[in-house]
Parts: sequence; C-alpha cells; structure tokens
Amino acid sequence: MWESVAPVHEFRLKYWIYVLNLVPCLNQTQDILELQSILFWVFSILGLAGGIGLLLNRNPVHAALSLIVNFFSLAGLYLSLQAEFLAAIQVLVYAGAIMVLFLFVIMLLNLKAENKQDFSPMKFAAYMLGIAFVVELLIVFRNAIPAAETSFLSGEFKYATVEAIGKELMTRYIFPFEMISVVLIAALVGAIVVAKKYQYEKGNLNENNN
Amino acid sequence: MEPTPYYYLAVSAVMFGIGMIGVLTRRNAIIIFMCVELMLNAVNLSLVTFSRLSGTSDGAMFVFFVMCVAAAEAVVGLAIIIAMFRNKQDIDINNFNIFKW
Repeated sequence: MWESVAPVHEFRLKYWIYVLNLVPCLNQTQDILELQSILFWVFSILGLAGGIGLLLNRNPVHAALSLIVNFFSLAGLYLSLQAEFLAAIQVLVYAGAIMVLFLFVIMLLNLKAENKQDFSPMKFAAYMLGIAFVVELLIVFRNAIPAAETSFLSGEFKYATVEAIGKELMTRYIFPFEMISVVLIAALVGAIVVAKKYQYEKGNLNENNN
Repeated sequence: MEPTPYYYLAVSAVMFGIGMIGVLTRRNAIIIFMCVELMLNAVNLSLVTFSRLSGTSDGAMFVFFVMCVAAAEAVVGLAIIIAMFRNKQDIDINNFNIFKW
C-alpha cells in the first residue's frame, strides 16, 4: 500500500547535485561531500554573523532580522548533515511561524531602540562568563569526539528523513508525540489567559489595567 | 576543507555562548527572549550532529520535540511580554523588580 504513494526521496541532498549541475558557471561536481563542505562553511559563518548581529543590534527589529538569518543558516547546516526534514521544519516553524510572531509583537509594542549603555563591571563579567563557558565547551568537545579515519559526512544518512521520523513518531515516540498535543493546547489556553485584557472594578488592582 | 564533528559542535557552542551573553547583558525583554531561542537552536544543531555521528534517529527526534516546545514557549513568552507592556508601557527588565530581593 505505502509503496504506491509517491516517493519521499526527492528532497534528499544527493538529488540537489543534479539541480546544481544545471546551473552554468558553477563547478560541475558529482561529489556530495564537496557540497556538504561548502554548505557547512557558508552557513556556519552566516549563522554566527546572525547571532552576533542579534547580540549587538540595539534596534529590536534589526535584531529579529539577524535572528532570521541565523535560523535560515541553521536550516542550511541541517541540510549539510543530510537531515533534510529538520531543515524544512526549521524554515517553516522557526523562520516562518515563530519569527513572524516575534516581529508582530515588536511592531505591536512599537519599541524604540535601547539606549547606549555605559561600561559596567557586571556586563564585563557577563562577557567573561560567556567566553569562559564557550572555551570550556570547546575543550570538552575536543576531548570527547574520537578521531575518525573517514569523514563522518560521507555515506548516506537515512535516519532523519520524513520516512524515518514518521515511523519513529508512530512507534517508539508515540507517547511523547501525543503529549506534545497537550503541551500545545496548554500553551494556547495559557497565552490567551495571560494576554487577555481584564476588566477590574474601580479601586481594585492596577489603574493601568483598563 | 572537510568539516569534522568538532567543527559543527564548535559552531553550536559559540552560538550558545552568544545567546548566553545576550541573555546576561541585554535589557530588552524581547531580545532576551530571542537570545533564548538562539540557545535552543544551538543545542538543536549539536543534537543533529550527534545523531549523524551515532547513526541513529534519536537526536533528530529530540530536535523535533524541542522545536514543538520552543513554539509553545514562544507563544506563552510573548503573551507574558504583552501583559508586562500593558502594566508599565515598557519592557525594560530593569523596571520589573517586584520579585527581586
């Protein structure tokens, strides 16, 4: 029965090579490893640039746009890891839904850019803490990952496709999958309750609440 | 140059650090919230890398669930920010210190 359904393999990275080879002026290659390397270098630099843009932009709209760049480049990194389904839902859910929500709220509240802050020792300490944390993580990763002879990107990775994830969701992860629906409905109800405008009686609670 | 797993994890760690510094230094509640999203995404990247490294789908499944929870969290967080703005016409977190001792 399921064999008759249209195959879901068309989105796999290896088929993109044929599309890229149709473009003139590009290096004609059949090597998927080369494509993965290019994807990694382009999108990791772009992603880190987006993160730094989020950190340094004082205007919230510009910060949100930097974060969108970061989300798109994470989708590119997922592609380079041959997790095409995750790349697709990264673009749909994060860059599409969540960031639209963020931009909507920023524009609804009509926020101005933050004032320039003076140097403070606490801020300096926060930067030092962050840098120390990153260095620590890098040391841990450096020692934890064994050196391999072959590239870990070579070969096909077929455990993050639509097929594999769908099967896992309906078998081993059926309970968490059902619980997600409870979490989503609770979030929906909670958001409405929190953001609702309440009518308070006079003399009761904040006067700003009208 | 071919990327090794360490490169991916390093990108993920640096992204997490950027998000962490953002949470600690920024004063605008929405930007703090966006930095939390950045940290979630950094963890997602390392989960996919570990999934690829171990050749199983568990990491990818975790990313799926993290994305669902992040969507729910974004909805509730933005609702809280709107409620904050309604109370004080501002979302600078220095103005919200009722619970601070």
